[in-house]
Amino acid sequence: MPLPYSELVMEHFQNPQNIGRIDNPDAKAIEGSPACGDMVAVYLRVDEETKTITDIKFESYGCASNIATGSIITELAKGKSLDEAKAITWEQASDALGGLPPIKTHCSVLAVEGLRAAIQNYEEKHGLVREQEATTEEVVRKRLCHVMNPSVGLDIIRTKLVKEISVNDGDVLVVLDLEPTHQFANNIREEITEKLANRQDVRSVEVCFDKQ
Amino acid sequence: MSEGYRYLDNGAATRLDERVLEAMTPFLFETYTVATSQFSYSLGIAAREALERARSDIAASLGAASEEIIFTSGSTESSNMAIKGVPHALANKGKHIVTTRLEDFPVLNSVKALERDGYTVTWLDTDSDGRLDPAALEGAIRPDTVLVSIQAANQEIGTLQDLAALAAICKARGVVLHSDATHTYPRLPLDVSSLSVDLLTLSTELVHGPKGVGALYLRKGTPLHKWMDGGFQEFNLRAGSENIAGAVGMARAVELVTPEETAGIQAMRDAALEQLLAIPQSILNGHATWRTPQNVNVSFRFVEGEAITLHMDLRGYALSTGSACFSRALEASHVILGIGGDHERAHGSVRLTFGRYNTLDDATGAANALAEVIERLRAISPLGKD
Repeated sequence: MPLPYSELVMEHFQNPQNIGRIDNPDAKAIEGSPACGDMVAVYLRVDEETKTITDIKFESYGCASNIATGSIITELAKGKSLDEAKAITWEQASDALGGLPPIKTHCSVLAVEGLRAAIQNYEEKHGLVREQEATTEEVVRKRLCHVMNPSVGLDIIRTKLVKEISVNDGDVLVVLDLEPTHQFANNIREEITEKLANRQDVRSVEVCFDKQ
Repeated sequence: MSEGYRYLDNGAATRLDERVLEAMTPFLFETYTVATSQFSYSLGIAAREALERARSDIAASLGAASEEIIFTSGSTESSNMAIKGVPHALANKGKHIVTTRLEDFPVLNSVKALERDGYTVTWLDTDSDGRLDPAALEGAIRPDTVLVSIQAANQEIGTLQDLAALAAICKARGVVLHSDATHTYPRLPLDVSSLSVDLLTLSTELVHGPKGVGALYLRKGTPLHKWMDGGFQEFNLRAGSENIAGAVGMARAVELVTPEETAGIQAMRDAALEQLLAIPQSILNGHATWRTPQNVNVSFRFVEGEAITLHMDLRGYALSTGSACFSRALEASHVILGIGGDHERAHGSVRLTFGRYNTLDDATGAANALAEVIERLRAISPLGKD
């Protein structure tokens, strides 16, 4: 019977590794929300001397690719230094799974962000980071590199969907080169809002569609 | 399909009944001509007779006259034809349309297309079971209302509308009423001699008839703009070579649906619902009794539907979910959101729809498998534990 995912994805979906919680973890983070349909919680145990991840666990509320990516990303991060783990990309996670359907890449991005957020949580607790940088157009652009264009499975910056970004006193405007009736218009708008709305200095996020 | 695989998505498509295929086959290999005028060759005349017999059989199944049945390529086309064709024909009356937020995509997106073209739309809300209050319809109708479109039953949660009450209001106010009956016809009684609906979207692909054919019931005298230009087929409203095998198959599919069979399907529904609603943190989507006989729709908290459907597929059950991850547009079910559910309820919703080839064992087996899958997914979920 044909399955929608690679054998590796199916394997990790059915038998996810590192599933569960760590009691009194050294760091933890939750990315996503039930509202967006995917949510990942990542728990870390870190060796304070070597700054190495000695144990990692995750929980997933989400689709098969979310579960499989949580499984693979925790496998990839285990035993790595914080800096090495931070550098793991969603492309690496996807490759390690034998590829994900383009429409599902945003789910792997979420798991990767869960890992990074947990590491950041550790760094903040241990005074290893500076304050969150101010939201500028460049920062918005960087965040949008994590919003996928589900048609092709690449981000909306790389696929040149973003026509304009402006940040004005906490009001963020993103103009997309897309028909408002496009199949994924609402999905992309929600993803953009989700990536930006939680920043401390962002007051509003507006996404406009203006197809050339 | 492999042995032992249980298909429980009959609300999306159904297996063709061999008896339907048998009725269709002569019109693919023997009487395969177009339906010609009565002054041509005998094969074409025979094709016309078959087409008209199918038309009159379908008309009779809903108390209509033959000339009130227009064959189309399916429910999607029938709804497009109604939603776009009536306002176009009534351009002098106004540009206001009334519908509900829960309609299936052919109606929903046809109305949105008109909205973009400058029509004003009143999108009616339903209650939390998906039922429309007739008083809300009464209040929404204006002097410039050209069309009301309200589904007979919902595609996802199976809620039946009180079509008789809604139709009476439209009749009293002199407004054209269209209803998408895809999910009730021909399982539930529908009689246009007593029900004052003006247009109905009909098909039989959900009752083991062929895909690619459907019909629009158009009450005599209802204004409708010509839909498809071409020849003069289908009363000069819908051009194109007639799908005679399809029409014959549709009529045969209607004939094969019996009240006994429907009662059996309803027993499957009730057995599955009883088991699924016993699972903790589950909630019924749709009305408990104003419900199509084939539909089960339940949401489970803390879990996501795509993962459920994949686990169920691995266990040999095909079913669907209102989760965004399952949808082509990556959007959560507009129906669950429309009845006031949140995204989590939509993402965690599961729909089972039963048909002729299912058994009571399929229903209870699926419910058992679902209970196991949900427990498993809840064990790995960050939600619902504190």
